[in-house]
Amino acid sequence: MNSFIKIGIVLSMVLLVASCANDKSPNYQYMPNMYESVGYETYQQVDFLPGGKEGQLPVENTIPRGWMPYNFANTPAGKELARLEASPLDSLQSEANLATGKELYDIYCGICHGNKGNGQGWLVKQEKILGVPSYDDAARNVTVGSTYHTMYYGLNSMGSYASQMNREELWQVAEYVMKLKEDL
Amino acid sequence: MKKVKYRTQISKILGISIVGLLLLSTPLTAQEETAEVATTEVATEGASAGGDHVKGKSLFNQNCAACHALNRKMTGPALANVETRLSEDEGLDRDWLYRWIKNSPGMIKSGDAYAVKIYNEYNQQAMTAFPTLTNADIDDILAYTAYVEPPPPPQPPGDVATSASGSGISNELILGALVLVFGLLAMMLFLVNKTLRRIAEANGVAVEKEKAEKRTPLWKAFAQNQFLVLVSVIFLLLGSAYFAYGWMMQVGVDQGYAPVQPIHYSHRIHAGVNKIECKYCHSSARVSKHSGIPSLNVCMNCHKTIYEYTGNGEAPTQEDLANGYTNEFYTGEIKKLYDAVGWDETTQSYTGETKAVEWVRIHNLPDFAYFNHSQHVSVAGVECQTCHGPVEEMEIMYQYLPLTMGWCINCHRETNVQVEGNEYYAKIHEELSKKYGVDQLTAAQMGGLECGKCHY
Repeated sequence: MNSFIKIGIVLSMVLLVASCANDKSPNYQYMPNMYESVGYETYQQVDFLPGGKEGQLPVENTIPRGWMPYNFANTPAGKELARLEASPLDSLQSEANLATGKELYDIYCGICHGNKGNGQGWLVKQEKILGVPSYDDAARNVTVGSTYHTMYYGLNSMGSYASQMNREELWQVAEYVMKLKEDL
Repeated sequence: MKKVKYRTQISKILGISIVGLLLLSTPLTAQEETAEVATTEVATEGASAGGDHVKGKSLFNQNCAACHALNRKMTGPALANVETRLSEDEGLDRDWLYRWIKNSPGMIKSGDAYAVKIYNEYNQQAMTAFPTLTNADIDDILAYTAYVEPPPPPQPPGDVATSASGSGISNELILGALVLVFGLLAMMLFLVNKTLRRIAEANGVAVEKEKAEKRTPLWKAFAQNQFLVLVSVIFLLLGSAYFAYGWMMQVGVDQGYAPVQPIHYSHRIHAGVNKIECKYCHSSARVSKHSGIPSLNVCMNCHKTIYEYTGNGEAPTQEDLANGYTNEFYTGEIKKLYDAVGWDETTQSYTGETKAVEWVRIHNLPDFAYFNHSQHVSVAGVECQTCHGPVEEMEIMYQYLPLTMGWCINCHRETNVQVEGNEYYAKIHEELSKKYGVDQLTAAQMGGLECGKCHY
């Protein structure tokens, strides 16, 4: 009888230790002061900053280095003006630009607009997002400038992609969209 | 000769049952056919003057659905029964709709009263003109907006019961029952033993205990055998050292860490079912050290339109339901997003009141190790899944691999440097491959094992 109790105690201790293993909290560390950064890390919580977080918007009325203003306003009139703008990228490099453009297009645009630009992306086929036009829709008269304008500001249900790609990358995608439009 | 009585019995039964099945099934299909005929009749009645609602649906989805839904305000107004609504409330006929759809900016300019009113009501966002749509196309679209889905034909009552009780008992229940049975068996054995002993004692059968006391106890015999003690002590020490080493090596390793996030975000649905590229949301992995947590405007790229979860075309599985992952649950999580980003669904605009979402970081290398995402993702072209595991199958994100130094080094030893299309590596690759006498350099041979590459 005595041995039963002993075995029971050992088993319950093993269970107790095993139940401490928890997926929901991080593991112990040997020397946390070597593991955790002294400086503020991206997205870290910082109490004294606005919103209590490290990630902040640039100070108002300041611009990052190398930033160039975009000439056209986020209005239908601005879009009509932007329609005539040509791509500032080097036309001699167009092959490399189109290759990069394709890579980026397949990541950011193809999911709705389709990898061929016919408006039949996977999300459209699944009927998650509807009403995505084909680039060769004559009524829309898609040009490289208007494509850039739409990606820069977003249009109706489409959001702005300026936070995901830089200016050069946006132009590369715009040029690739023109190529898709020709091929349709 | 022996007579075989029922040689063809089985095939006969089969044949009879097939006949029976056919007899029973014909009236069923006949009913369905009549039901279908009925629904199509209802459909044609529902459609207003000469428009094909099926064709209208595809046209609507192609051209209108980006800004309009049937029963919900989006960028533009809800369009269910738009024609009757306009003719009853505003006295506008179909001809007005033709003109509006084909050239809405022109009508606003010409000062049409209702056109200007609707333009101002919707934040002066002009509707795209659709000059390519013919009057017949617009008829079809209007037929679709007026179309009422007929109620589904009543199901034959026999089917429902069978489908409901398909998969009943789960594995856990069976296992629990087994454990219970084993427990009962053990207890019975114990009790039987006890009673037998008692009977033996009562009958005065020789009790073994007295004999046992005369023998030297086992532990004393063990202690007297010094060789055995030595060997068992060595084994005990080695064994405990093995486990102690194993335990100490996992300190600081967060493999399997799966924290609860403030918004339940399912990578399985986004990256798996909906096939969204990793880099769509984690776009900074291409160009920076961090693979950033996407800001909420990236969520809103899609969730401005997708306001509810409607499933992946199939009903939720038993497992999902057991975990509480119903469609309503996911829709509730989308509402949490709207709350954090300050999106007002009724007015379809941002309120400007935002809240920070406190995501819990999962993959976190120690501060003394440098890791750069863009070097691995863009330069080396390593798939995200190589280090993060099958994320597209994870309902709850967790750390799949140990992310220890040994694991890093192993990969650097096995992976060839991607040189094609990278002029930066051209010269050094040529020289080093000559030095090592190989065609393809591994990351380790390029200096991927040097301490200072990651620790400085």
